[in-house]
Amino acid sequence: MEDLLVNQFLLLGAILFCIGVYGVIARKNTVLVLMSIELILNAVNINLLTFGALMGDVAGSVFALFIIAVAAAEVGVGLAMVLIIYRNRSSVDLDDIDSMRG
Amino acid sequence: MLDYAWIIPLLPAASFFLILFFGKKMPRKGSEIGIAAVGIAFTLALATNVSWWDHVDNPPAGHEEVVEGESAAVSAPGQEGEAEEHETVEPVTQEVTWFESGGVDIKVGMLLDGPAVMMLLVVTTVSLLVHIYSTDYVGGDRRYTHFFAFLSLFTASMLGLVIAKSTLQLIVMWELVGVCSFVLIGHWWEEKANSDAALKAFITNRVGDVGLIIGVILLFWTVGSFDILETNAAALDGSVGHSTLLIASCCLIAAVMSKSGQFILHTWLPDAMAGPTPVSALIHAATMVVAGIYMVARLYAVFFEGLSIGTSSFNLLALVGGVTVLGGAGLAFVQNDIKKVLAYSTVSQLGYMVMALGIGAWTAALFHLFTHAFFKACLFLGSGSVSHAVHSFDMKKDMGGLRKWMPQTYRTFVIASAALIGIFPLAGFWSKDEILAGANQLGGSGHYTVFMIIGIVGAFMTAAYMTRTIWYTFFGEFRGHGQPHESGPRIVVPLWILAALGVTAGLVNLPSALAPDSGALRFEHYFEPKGNYFPAVNFSHPEFSLAIAVGSTIIGLAGITLAYLWYFRGLGPHGITERNRAARAGYTVLLNKYYFDHLYTDIIVADVKGPIARATYWFDRNVLDGIVNGTGRFATVLGRFTYERIDQQVVDGAINGSAAAAEGGGQIFRQLTSGKVQQYGALLFGAAALFAGVIILFV
Repeated sequence: MEDLLVNQFLLLGAILFCIGVYGVIARKNTVLVLMSIELILNAVNINLLTFGALMGDVAGSVFALFIIAVAAAEVGVGLAMVLIIYRNRSSVDLDDIDSMRG
Repeated sequence: MLDYAWIIPLLPAASFFLILFFGKKMPRKGSEIGIAAVGIAFTLALATNVSWWDHVDNPPAGHEEVVEGESAAVSAPGQEGEAEEHETVEPVTQEVTWFESGGVDIKVGMLLDGPAVMMLLVVTTVSLLVHIYSTDYVGGDRRYTHFFAFLSLFTASMLGLVIAKSTLQLIVMWELVGVCSFVLIGHWWEEKANSDAALKAFITNRVGDVGLIIGVILLFWTVGSFDILETNAAALDGSVGHSTLLIASCCLIAAVMSKSGQFILHTWLPDAMAGPTPVSALIHAATMVVAGIYMVARLYAVFFEGLSIGTSSFNLLALVGGVTVLGGAGLAFVQNDIKKVLAYSTVSQLGYMVMALGIGAWTAALFHLFTHAFFKACLFLGSGSVSHAVHSFDMKKDMGGLRKWMPQTYRTFVIASAALIGIFPLAGFWSKDEILAGANQLGGSGHYTVFMIIGIVGAFMTAAYMTRTIWYTFFGEFRGHGQPHESGPRIVVPLWILAALGVTAGLVNLPSALAPDSGALRFEHYFEPKGNYFPAVNFSHPEFSLAIAVGSTIIGLAGITLAYLWYFRGLGPHGITERNRAARAGYTVLLNKYYFDHLYTDIIVADVKGPIARATYWFDRNVLDGIVNGTGRFATVLGRFTYERIDQQVVDGAINGSAAAAEGGGQIFRQLTSGKVQQYGALLFGAAALFAGVIILFV
């Protein structure tokens, strides 16, 4: 019974992760890409919490809390950058941002 | 002291380096270092002698038990009696491994027995006196320091030769004394005659060294050891074949002929007089030239068995010595150079020693070596003193009447000459008499009678030519220039010491017929080896013979008288060499030194050097040049091939190819860096997925 529950949680994490990856790769809007990254991070959080519960260890929960904090900071920085890019280029389309082209 | 006698050669060796490095800075230019080192060596040699005498008289207690134990263990009839009859005196030995090669330990060490102890004393005594003498004689010379450095090196190597334990060590020291001789003969090398003489001495000695090396190698292969004691013991106990010993001893005789100035390789020794006189006294009269005799004395068992000395009445060693006695004495008559007279006299006296060894009179030979070292060194130093005063060695042109001006030199010279001639009771009388008695009594049937006659004739000639020398040098009218003067104390004192030794040295081996037991035959008692390495079993000593002693004295006196009448009184057929054809022919032969130099330089060398030079030239043109040119041509071809094929095509191709590959790769990979963030992200996730897949599948 418990194994089934673990599998479902892991499956949820995996689906969430794949949606996030799809969003990161396929979306043209920078803000949506940032949101997709949040999805990936949360998929990881679910995995950590699941394995933490399975092992009876609080370390997984602690790590999840850390990641939530880091994700908040990351979103803050990321949105600030997007805002500056928009001011400079009047666009948040990722295809336009290719100054690192080799 | 006996165990530490190896320090003695090390002292002058150290002094050599000290003089070389610091000599010029010393107040006396390095001579004080040499004198101090040799002085200490002399003191130690004396101490060694005293300990050795004690060692002989009171052998270590443990040793005698061993001998008795051995004879009891063997317990064969006769053996026991023999062991008691021939008391053994164990030599003192020390050795260390020098290097190891092919499973053979090459050792160096010290073999201290009677003859070694005796030679230590002789070498250090003469060397010390010569050092003192030299401070005056070569004083102010431009290579004064250098001179003393090489005197030290010579003393060191001679002492090293004396105590050498193995024949290999003997060869090394043998060559070292040869080098020192070469350097010191050519001390004044600016004059071509001197450097020629040095080269002649060196090269002539090489001829004999070939014999030495072959002989030593032969003995090594048959005995299996370089050790002198083992070699002698093996020669005596019959484990080495007679023919091997015969060949080895003949090879070694060649070495004796060159080093000890025996006919026919004696020609270098008179020329070696080009060196400074102290060198002649030390090296070419008292010590180095007796190295050959010492070598025979050291390896006496080899010669004794190889040449059947005890049972024959004629052998090569005695023949070489006998020829040299007469040949050298004959040449001494026609020399005008005082040092050359003495040089030929040395050749002749060395002939006596070799002859004595050849007839089996071992002790007599070494005894003659011992006494000869002193009076001949005295004669040489005396001639040096004379030449110091008149600045010449030519007796006929620049000397004469010197007894008035140089009384000290005159007296010592006459005393030493009398000792050389063998006037009773001076040193030469006893030693020469023992040789003659040996020739009369030793050997197989018929004894060595021929050699006794040679010895007596030689004594007669010695007396005559020494009288002639004294006449030309010290009597008559002074024919030189300026005012000769007596030499200083540093020259005269060594002369007197050596003259005194020349008088008394003979007393150490008084025959038992003339002295009480405690004083008779001391030399034989202390210095003759007693042991299984010395041919003692069938070895007998000549008895003192009054007839021979009186006879040889009369012959000597006759020689003096005849020469006295001829030179001092002007009697006899003077000018016969101009009038009589036979006499003139004989005189010319003597004047040309039996044409040996002509034989060597004009016939042998001239005939050999042309073909050799031509052969060498041909070899040079055709073989060496061919090799060199061929190598050059091959190198050119190889170089061109390398350039065209390897460098241009392989190396450059590889470099260009790798550059092109890098460029192509760059072109491909440059597509990836599009600058599109999502493309990078896709690559990241793709790679991560791939990595995850690998982990899942394989871990």
